[in-house]
Amino acid sequence: MFAPVYLDWNATTPLDPLVRAAMLPWLDSRFGNASSRHEYGRQARSAIDEARARVAAAVGAHATEVIFTSCGSEANNLFIKGAAALMKPGLLAISAIEHPCVREPAKQLRRGGWALREIAVDAAGRIAGDDWKAVLDARPTLVSVMLANNETGVLQDIAALADDAKTAGAWFHSDAVQALGKIPVDFRTLGVHAMTLSAHKIGGPLGAGALVIDKRIELAPLIAGGGQERGLRSGTENVAAIVGFGVACERATARLEDEARRLAGLRDRLEAGLVASGMRIFSVEAPRLPNTTFFAADGFDGETLVAKLDRAGFACASGSACSSANPEPSHTLLAMGVERDVARGAVRVSLGRDTSMADVEGFLAAFERLTNELNKLTAMAVQS
Amino acid sequence: MLKFPIYLDYSATTPVDPRVAQAMIPWLTEHFGNPASRSHAYGWEAEKAVEDAREQVARLVNADAKEIVWTSGATESNNLAIKGAAQFYKGKGKHLITLKTEHKAVLDTFRELERQGFEATYLDVQENGLVDLSALKDAIRPDTILVSVMFVNNEIGVIQPIAEIGEICREKGIVFHVDAAQATGKVDIDLSKLKVDLMSFSAHKTYGPKGIGALYVRRKPRARLEAQMHGGGHERGLRSGTLATHQIVGMGEAFRIAREEMKTENERVRALRDRLMKGLQDIDATYINGDVEHRVPHNLNISFAYVEGESLIMAIKDVAVSSGSACTSASLEPSYVLRALGRNDELAHSSIRFTIGRFTTEEEVDYTIDLLHKKIGKLRELSPLWEMVQDGVDLDSVQWAAH
Amino acid sequence: MAYSEKVLDHYENPRNVGAFGKEDEGVGTGMVGAPACGDVMKLQIKVGKDGVIEDAKFKTYGCGSAIASSSLVTEWVKGKTVEQALEIKNTQIAEELALPPVKIHCSILAEDAIKAAVADYKKKQG
Repeated sequence: MFAPVYLDWNATTPLDPLVRAAMLPWLDSRFGNASSRHEYGRQARSAIDEARARVAAAVGAHATEVIFTSCGSEANNLFIKGAAALMKPGLLAISAIEHPCVREPAKQLRRGGWALREIAVDAAGRIAGDDWKAVLDARPTLVSVMLANNETGVLQDIAALADDAKTAGAWFHSDAVQALGKIPVDFRTLGVHAMTLSAHKIGGPLGAGALVIDKRIELAPLIAGGGQERGLRSGTENVAAIVGFGVACERATARLEDEARRLAGLRDRLEAGLVASGMRIFSVEAPRLPNTTFFAADGFDGETLVAKLDRAGFACASGSACSSANPEPSHTLLAMGVERDVARGAVRVSLGRDTSMADVEGFLAAFERLTNELNKLTAMAVQS
Repeated sequence: MLKFPIYLDYSATTPVDPRVAQAMIPWLTEHFGNPASRSHAYGWEAEKAVEDAREQVARLVNADAKEIVWTSGATESNNLAIKGAAQFYKGKGKHLITLKTEHKAVLDTFRELERQGFEATYLDVQENGLVDLSALKDAIRPDTILVSVMFVNNEIGVIQPIAEIGEICREKGIVFHVDAAQATGKVDIDLSKLKVDLMSFSAHKTYGPKGIGALYVRRKPRARLEAQMHGGGHERGLRSGTLATHQIVGMGEAFRIAREEMKTENERVRALRDRLMKGLQDIDATYINGDVEHRVPHNLNISFAYVEGESLIMAIKDVAVSSGSACTSASLEPSYVLRALGRNDELAHSSIRFTIGRFTTEEEVDYTIDLLHKKIGKLRELSPLWEMVQDGVDLDSVQWAAH
Repeated sequence: MAYSEKVLDHYENPRNVGAFGKEDEGVGTGMVGAPACGDVMKLQIKVGKDGVIEDAKFKTYGCGSAIASSSLVTEWVKGKTVEQALEIKNTQIAEELALPPVKIHCSILAEDAIKAAVADYKKKQG
């Protein structure tokens, strides 16, 4: 296959070759079921234990606080529905820019008598202080705010929010899927009760995620059965993916600082070029992930441009991957008060470990050429 | 050359067929797209691979690809089917029926629904492990909304009369779910004929990878479910979460191979199993658990009286087998499946499940027969129970001091 | 289940397997446990005129730890007087064999087997 330049690292990442090497034996001669007591099973069990220790170490948690799931979405569902199931219905507060896999289970809770409240964000996409105060006054039971937004890359001050929430008597969860491997993520420093991680966003495989959780919170499992993962997640463990997740965590955190600096340099060059072409970069005034640029302009048709960019050999995204099938404008941008028409045309470029300066320059050149073409077409359409 | 331990635990999990691994590897290398990404070729080719695999899964069971929903495995499929249907149809009634010999993934899901206010009937099975159809009919009430029966039992390998149960359920308008995790590639499954509404599948019991499964959701007449995992609306809203393309591709390839090769493979496997069965039945006081005729070709579950199960497993550590199902091996409880057959605790304790598979050889089977003869002999020499039986004592008449 | 080296050794090479005639002079037989619980231990001691245990034999239906516990006590009781044999505690057995917590009951059973064998011996002595 002709390989386009991949600029959609927030959607998923190519597997790190060392991660792949670590996984392959588990798709070959080491195939045991970790619940089996014979040698094949014991090998699998100890590999899972080792991976659990690696994931825990990457986020400053204890291994017993890590529950493996099949993906980040499942971990978010497990926290929201699992924690709520064992509590008296109360108020659940989530930020207005959460991923659908937090928003949708949150909506489900309303059927069980829970009240759902969205926490507003400001124009930069950060939690709005006054609304946060109002939420706290309403005494929430559960709060979920993502650490880094998948679209804008905007970072929230989770440590402060979690502290406020604790004082108000709430359990605080953070979806840290997009933050892991891009900025330091430390379970204790963040002070959250629970957080969600995913392997495939950090050079690990699809098929593994985790909920890191303070054991004081009682959870009802979403998936009942053989009692794996301390009874919180039944089902035969996906050993290969879990092993890959462990190695990916180790790899992603080991080189984090230098890599973040490098990506921020590329991102700055990219954004300078885009601004010069008249683009507006969202959340530029807020702390952001070093790899993510979300942009648009008045009258800019991002969706057509992304399709043209793909043909020209650059893979990027219009909106988040999970809702790409959905023509609705970005939920995050609307929450930030961006006009619908502008939001509909937004494009996300997200960089990763294989991205080079040449890729960025190439992208900018193609971007300029294709926007000019598009503008000419629009001008012709207007004349005729 | 024999390689130790000899793997005879194919019902716990199977090795990934090398052809399956070959098919998966490109998706762990250059083809890494998120199938939900609609804006570039990485996403499109992943989406196409997912759809091709869906077709392969559907073909093995003669269903439409649109009726296949991906999940993380059979446990999730069972949870989704049972909770999803129960919650959707709870307005019609709150009574559910299953068997005492089902997998924990079904039984625990039922228990959870009981806590939510549903009522459940756990049917006894006959001594051969098969459901008694008249008992099933008798258990059905006007408010029964769901029946869940496994196709093939994981421990004793018996095949339940799914076609007959389907007729009963359809006639009464009851949703019928079948856990087919142990059945694919072992028995013919034709969903155009079977009146099954929901069916759970697993890849890793059929030479595919772990972490992937599927749920069949009938379209005509349509089975309705409430989703259990919410988010981006993947899988027509029935199961959100990013799909693992390489695992799906692996499951598709595994099911393709199963469809094309199951006939010849099952003949070969059956011959090996029969050889093993004959070889082990030479040992005194052995009992085969579960019906021999209505049984998958690769399973032999056998109790060796007067030896204890765990020491037996220890004695035969050169063969990787299971006593009871893999999921319950960590506990010292005797198998609930064997108890449900009316086996006493001693025989339940001393049962071994041998499950043969694609890579088992005759040499391995012969080695196993020989090993069992030697070790059972040794353990019986050690066994006070065996001594008493040889002396003509009826063990049932003994008053055992409980401790 | 990870077994200690000592358990494996006793399991692979059990000491003093066998039986004495139950009615033989100086023989005490203890049978404890139940098949339904997964272990039955039969311990026999042969006591000399001086009250010292000259020989011991066992047969055990049970897991590796149960077999090892009974094998071990047959070694331990030999050369002891019956009163000394009664002083053997399950904790000593568990410690010697490094039994995991789930297997402690095997050592208790072995202690009970000694007691039962001694009781039987004493009963026969009248």
